[in-house]
Amino acid sequence: MADISKEQVKHVANLARLAITDEEVERMTKQLADIINYAELLNELDTDNVKPTTHVLDLKNVMRKDEPREWISKEDALKNAPDQKDGQFRVPSILE
Amino acid sequence: MSLFDYTLKELQEKLHNKEITVSDLVEASYNRINEVDDEIQAFLTLNEEEAKQQAKQLDEQLGSDASILYGVPIGIKDNIVTKGLRTTAASQILENLNDPLYDATVIEKLKDEKTVTIGKLNMDEFAMGSTNENSGFKKVRNPWNTDYVPGGSSGGSAAAVAAGEVFFSLGSDTGGSIRQPASFCGVVGLKPTYGLVSRFGLIAFASSLDQIGPITRTVEDNAHLLQAIVGHDKMDSTSANVEIPQYADAFKQDVKGLRIAVPKEYLAEGVDPEVKEAVLAALKQYEELGATWEEVSLPHSKYAVAAYYLLSSSEASANLARFDGVRYGVRTEKRVDMLDMFKQSRAEGFGDEVKRRIMLGTFALSSGYYDAYYKKAQKVRTLIKNDFEKIFEDYDVVIGPTSPTTAYKIGEKIDDPLTMYVDDILTIPVNLAGVPGISVPCGFSKEGLPIGLQIIGKHFDESTVYRVAYAFEQATDHHKKRPTLGGDK
Repeated sequence: MADISKEQVKHVANLARLAITDEEVERMTKQLADIINYAELLNELDTDNVKPTTHVLDLKNVMRKDEPREWISKEDALKNAPDQKDGQFRVPSILE
Repeated sequence: MSLFDYTLKELQEKLHNKEITVSDLVEASYNRINEVDDEIQAFLTLNEEEAKQQAKQLDEQLGSDASILYGVPIGIKDNIVTKGLRTTAASQILENLNDPLYDATVIEKLKDEKTVTIGKLNMDEFAMGSTNENSGFKKVRNPWNTDYVPGGSSGGSAAAVAAGEVFFSLGSDTGGSIRQPASFCGVVGLKPTYGLVSRFGLIAFASSLDQIGPITRTVEDNAHLLQAIVGHDKMDSTSANVEIPQYADAFKQDVKGLRIAVPKEYLAEGVDPEVKEAVLAALKQYEELGATWEEVSLPHSKYAVAAYYLLSSSEASANLARFDGVRYGVRTEKRVDMLDMFKQSRAEGFGDEVKRRIMLGTFALSSGYYDAYYKKAQKVRTLIKNDFEKIFEDYDVVIGPTSPTTAYKIGEKIDDPLTMYVDDILTIPVNLAGVPGISVPCGFSKEGLPIGLQIIGKHFDESTVYRVAYAFEQATDHHKKRPTLGGDK
C-alpha cells in the first residue's frame, strides 16, 4: 500500500505550480492515494526484461532544417496577453 | 427529413443539380442549433456571421471539380486551434482566448476542401473526462435522453452530429474520447493510427496518445472526412510519413473469409448484458456475411487503465505547464508576486479533474517515484502493444464493445474518479498500442440508449477497419435511427 502524506501533496502542488487550499489537500491526499494504490496493480507484472515504450511508432529523432520563415508577428503574439507593455509581456516584479 | 440525413455523395449531387445551396446547408445547421442546443449544450462558440458569408462565396464559386466535402457544415472540438475563432479547450484558463493566432493543420486541410466551420464544440476540460461533466462551462446532454451524459471527452462533437446540428465533426481521442461518446450518442467515430493525423494545433493532453479523428453518421462519410485530414506534416515531429490509401476503395470489398478476434477480456464480467448481447448479435451478422470469429486473449488488458492514467497524467502535467497567465489566457486578479501569480492563475483557471491529473502526473514524475510509476507504466505499455501485435499475426481485426455500458445518468459517476477511469478499459488499450479503432452503432438498450461496436485494426490499416464497419452497417439499420428532440415528431 502506497501511503501519501499531506506534506507530500503540498510538495507536489508546489512542483506543479498549483495554489492549493487546506480542503483540497485533504481531498487530494485521499484521491491520489486511491489512484496510486490502484496503480500498484502493475507490480504484479515482472517487467525487468521489458523495454519501455515511449512511442508506438519507431521514429528516431526527426529533424528539419532550422530556417527562418514567416510566422506570428510581435504584435499578434502580444494580442492575447493578460498584460503587456512596450512590445513585451509584463509580469509581476521578481526583484524587490 | 433533414438535409443532414443525406450522405455526402447525395449532398454533392444536390448541390451540383442546384436543388440546394451551401447557404441552405449552413442555414439548416444554425436553425437546428437554435432549435435544440439549449437542450444539448454542444456548442461553446458559434461562427455564424463568418460561416454565412463563406457560404455565399462558396455558392458563387461552385465548380464541377469541387471536393466531396464542399460547403458541408462541420463542428470542431474546442481543443483544436482555429485562427480568429475562440478556442478554450472548455477551460476557464483559456476563457478569453478569443483571437487564436493560427490554424491547426487539420483546419488548414479542411479549408482546402471548403468545409464550413459552424462553431466550436464543448468537451471535458482539456479532454480529461468521459462524461462532459468536466467542461469548465456547461454540460453537454445526450440527444437520445437529456438526463444522460453524451460521453467524453468529445461529447459535444458526438452529440452535435447525433442531434443533427452539424453534418459531421472532428474530435480527439487520447483514451477513448472519440469512440466512447460516438458509442453513447449512436454515431460513427474513428480514432486513427497514432501519427496518421497531424497533432499540430491540437492542444496537447498526452502527446504520445492524442489523435484527432472524424465523427459522422455513416461509415462511408467517416472515411471521406478522414481522407481530408491525414498526411505527413513537418510541423508535427511524430507525424508518420506513410503512403495514404484511398479509404473509399475499402467499400468495394466484402468481408468473406475475414478473420475476427474477440478478446475474452472484452466480454468479461462488468460488461452490461445488453451490450454483450448486441455485440454477439453483431458477430452473428459477420458470420452470415462470410467472416469467422474466434475468442482470443489480450492478457494485459486489466493493466491498461492503471498504465494509462500514469502515462497520460504524467504527459499532461508537462503539457499543461504552459498555462501560466503570462502570454495568453487568464491571469489571477490577485496582486501577488511572480511565483504566486503562476500558482493562483492555475488554481483559479483549472477545474478539479485537471488539477487531479496534474497532481498525479507530477507525483509520478517526481524524484524517487519516476521508476516505480512512470517507467513501470511505459514497460507495461510495451506488453499491451505486444498483445495486439501477436493477435494481428493471425487475425484481421479485433472486435468488442466500445464501452462496457450505455450512457450514464448525469451525476451518476462524477464523485468517484476511479470507477469512471475503469470504465474506459475497452478503449484505452487501443491508444496505448497506437492502433486504429472505430465505434459504430450496433443496437439500443431497453431504455433506448445506443450501443457501440468497436472494431480495432492494425497500424495504418484504417481501410480494413472501414471495410469491416461498412459491411455491418450496410447489413443493419441501427445508424438510420434518430433521436427525438425539440419539435421533432
